[in-house]
Amino acid sequence: MTRVRIPPTLRNEVGGERELVGEGDTVREVLEDLSGRYPALERQLFEAGALAPFVNVYVGGEDVRTLDGLETRVNGASVILLPAMAGGC
Amino acid sequence: MATYRELLARVKGEIDEIGAAEARERHGETLFVDVREREEWEEGIVPGAVHIPRGNLESRIEGLVPDRSREIVLYCSGGSRSAFAAKALQDLGYEHVTSLTGGFTDWKRNGFPIETPRSLSPDQRRRYSRHLLIPEVGEAGQERLLGGRILLIGAGGLGSPASLYLAAAGVGTLGIVDADVVDDSNLQRQIVHSTDTLGEPKVESAKRTIQALNPDVEVKTYEERLTSENVERILGDGWDVIVDGADNFPTRYLVNDASVWHGIPVVHGSIYRFEGQVTVFNPGEGPCYRCLFPTPPPPELAPSCAEGGVLGVLPGIVGSLQANEALKLVLGIGDSLQGRLLLLDALGTTIDEVAVQRDASCPVCGEQPTITEYVDYVEFCAGVGR
Repeated sequence: MTRVRIPPTLRNEVGGERELVGEGDTVREVLEDLSGRYPALERQLFEAGALAPFVNVYVGGEDVRTLDGLETRVNGASVILLPAMAGGC
Repeated sequence: MATYRELLARVKGEIDEIGAAEARERHGETLFVDVREREEWEEGIVPGAVHIPRGNLESRIEGLVPDRSREIVLYCSGGSRSAFAAKALQDLGYEHVTSLTGGFTDWKRNGFPIETPRSLSPDQRRRYSRHLLIPEVGEAGQERLLGGRILLIGAGGLGSPASLYLAAAGVGTLGIVDADVVDDSNLQRQIVHSTDTLGEPKVESAKRTIQALNPDVEVKTYEERLTSENVERILGDGWDVIVDGADNFPTRYLVNDASVWHGIPVVHGSIYRFEGQVTVFNPGEGPCYRCLFPTPPPPELAPSCAEGGVLGVLPGIVGSLQANEALKLVLGIGDSLQGRLLLLDALGTTIDEVAVQRDASCPVCGEQPTITEYVDYVEFCAGVGR
């Protein structure tokens, strides 16, 4: 089981939750598990099966783009979803 | 009972001394510590020497020179005070301490290089006394801050605390870019403005507050929105650090590209509701904003605080962290947030950190850049052509 941090801008897609728990060995499996329960989340996270380019995903504090992408194994580490925020206001 | 002369002779027998010529050879590798009084120091020093008056030597040396095996040459005007100083450092366990015989007078008589230290006024010494007490800042650091130039993008939530703390710290020149006027919905968090300045341009309101706080600070105001057309003029005024507190993506990407091309580090902060992000982009050294976020999110995923709200104190925390990073960059001390993105959650009161790596394929700072001039950032962020 993997804890996945949901950023404020994606919380409407998951019923307001700040953190979810997903099952799976890889980032893809964990996010697909969540997407199965929250289809609206899937529409924001994925574009044609690939991770949307504006969403950063971290496993154990490392960007999955610098690891094995969606195939990165989670190994009990927590996952952070992070889109850019613009606000300085 | 011993006379002064006898005591001095005894101490000189217990320490190592070197002459000016030998000291000159070691200059550049060895740390020179000037133990004279302030008035003597101000008239001229061995270049690069640090100043610890004899009376404060024992209490301050450990902060300044924690490594007891470091080579130290102590000097005063004629070699007597530095002899006693050398004895004191030996007693504290410093292993390679020598005293300059003949002192600064002999050094100068030999025609060896000297410099006149810039020095703070008595008023400044009082104002910045808590900085002067910190070994990592001290008088040299405070001089650096007073000569420092920091450009703030935005005088809003983040720019308010950042500009106030940078001004209080004595950063000599602050540039502020903002086209807005003070609105009553700003005052829940934008503490550089006040009820009295409602309706005024934010840059003028901020300037007035900053100058009331610290008249040492010169404020350069740019009452305009940063654009591809004016960015070269504004950055051309010369800045050591940019503090990015913009409220929109086009400006963020513009600031990034310009800072990479100008080689100016950017202290990035962003906020939304209870959450904040802070990092440092240091061109040529670490990742840039495009390495972290290659693609801006679609508008529905990137609501601004104006649409989604923000807890008033959050920009106070994030903007203060930005000021801290900016001060360290100007001072050249500590470890910056380069390569690390700090994630703050004010609701759970947690701080997390994720790694940010430089992207070799980054279109702006990568090995083969494909973006080499300013683009239409509004179109880019609207996803035109994606």
